[in-house]
Amino acid sequence: MSVTGSAARPIRLDAARLGLARGRIEVWQTLTYWPDLLQALFFSGLSIGVLVLMRGHHVPGTTFSLGSLTLPSVIGMNIAVGGVSGVAALLVVDREDGTLLRAKATPNGMSAYVIGKITLTAATVLVGLVLTMVIGLLTFPGLDVTAAGWFTLVWVTALGLLATIPLGILLGSLLPDPRFVGVIVLPFAGLAAISGIFYPITHLPGWLQAIGQVFPIYWLGLGMRAALLPGYLRSVELDGSWRLGYVLLALSGWAAVGLLAAPPVLRRMAQRESGSTVMARRERAMLRRT
Amino acid sequence: MSDLAVEVRDLRMSYGAKEVLNGVGFSVRTGEVVAMLGPNGAGKTTTIEILEGFRMRSSGSVSVLGEDPAHAGERWRARVGVVLQSWRDHTKWRVRELLQHLGRYYARYGTPEFARPWDTDELLAVVGLSAHANARIGNLSGGQRRRLDVAIGIVGRPELIFLDEPTAGFDPAARREFHELVHRLTDLERATVLLTTHDLAEAEKLADRVIILAGGGIIADGSPDELALRLSGKAEVRWSRDGQRFVHPTDQATTFTRELFRQFGESVEDLEVRRPNLEDTYMALVQEYEQ
Repeated sequence: MSVTGSAARPIRLDAARLGLARGRIEVWQTLTYWPDLLQALFFSGLSIGVLVLMRGHHVPGTTFSLGSLTLPSVIGMNIAVGGVSGVAALLVVDREDGTLLRAKATPNGMSAYVIGKITLTAATVLVGLVLTMVIGLLTFPGLDVTAAGWFTLVWVTALGLLATIPLGILLGSLLPDPRFVGVIVLPFAGLAAISGIFYPITHLPGWLQAIGQVFPIYWLGLGMRAALLPGYLRSVELDGSWRLGYVLLALSGWAAVGLLAAPPVLRRMAQRESGSTVMARRERAMLRRT
Repeated sequence: MSDLAVEVRDLRMSYGAKEVLNGVGFSVRTGEVVAMLGPNGAGKTTTIEILEGFRMRSSGSVSVLGEDPAHAGERWRARVGVVLQSWRDHTKWRVRELLQHLGRYYARYGTPEFARPWDTDELLAVVGLSAHANARIGNLSGGQRRRLDVAIGIVGRPELIFLDEPTAGFDPAARREFHELVHRLTDLERATVLLTTHDLAEAEKLADRVIILAGGGIIADGSPDELALRLSGKAEVRWSRDGQRFVHPTDQATTFTRELFRQFGESVEDLEVRRPNLEDTYMALVQEYEQ
């Protein structure tokens, strides 16, 4: 069979271009539809609000603002929450309304769909991050970002997205229906408490420190503190160090776990989708509502 | 290329101990419109989903456009169009935007002789959505949404189209418009169509051939006329005389009517000879099967 020019392009490149186009359209939809925009920026807005309330307080024994100390940690936390729960929620909702089945019915649709969702999630997280950064740098005193700090910010953010989005895809593939999306935010609140986000991890008992250091949320917070806080504040960290080598290692480890585990689980979940499964789920949802 | 678009032999499907399909076999010729009928739970949906490549079968051989849908790749996917009844996806997208976007997936599977995808504006005109090209999909009415689903199903110019209860929930005008659309598709595109429906008049109107499934097996397979012939003898003669109405089932409608006029002449009024239609045939066949 003879083929036209576009077919000569490698199939993966084609799927990537379509996925990016898809992501771009959906990013634009989110930015221009205020209920979606509000939802996307909800966590960033909430954290800025909390930080503003903490602005007048100081880190005990110093003149450093508690709000400024917490801002980088919160930025790190929001990358983790946005990366994991953002894409998980998109996946569950799309499975419910048939978007995923549509992707499955389209040639190369699944690859493009996943790339599109990664793009949308990453963009949403980045918009929140930029918003928090701009407001933070303008209103919080004492943040001192060096060139090295900016560099750290960029790679921690990139690696953070790489570590969390695949985990979100994994989680979204396993969640049975959209009611559970709200539930997945709860463990984050618990993890945030033991990850040194609002409270230095050094003040926690050793076994909680150990648990906290398993998850990416701690390492994202630490990486962001390393990027944005003046160097002398590392004295309140474990080992009195920013431990950037470990940040790199821990986040890469999670990225590897997610990138290995998510594709087969997603594929298995997608394989089960058909017209009747979408229909059955819809009927269950309607029964719940009545 | 084979002149069979679909070939199914001894298709079986079980969920645990429950057998949903017990040896289904049929074929669909290229360019044919085939309607699959049957009571709920007869196995229609399972059969179609296996053909669509969305469901694995327990055993049997299935060939769709020359390939096994369980293992077919993206090139095969590009040749098949699927229209389901429960799409609610992409509600935030705009009509034209989504059609244009989804069309791009098919571009690499086009050939100079057979260009893919369908031109977006032309397609919008064919399904009668030109006026709604920039509408948000979530704001479309039920009928408009279904026409969009058909447009998406055919945007890649499929050689085979699956339509799952395409007019469920349509009002009569929308249903008639949809039937015209299907006729246009089969005329213009020479596409093969396999549809399921509960509307027997629809099947009679659209289909070259009807397959009736009951209890996981095929109980009838033929053109609507052929199926009606299987019940010949069940024609009904209705008339009235002196204000009284009469109904008489007979296998000799012409002879009976001639006799009727010979006996009663001009006092016979409101004469009607009704051949069995697909609905009668269907009901009789399903009842026969259930007994």
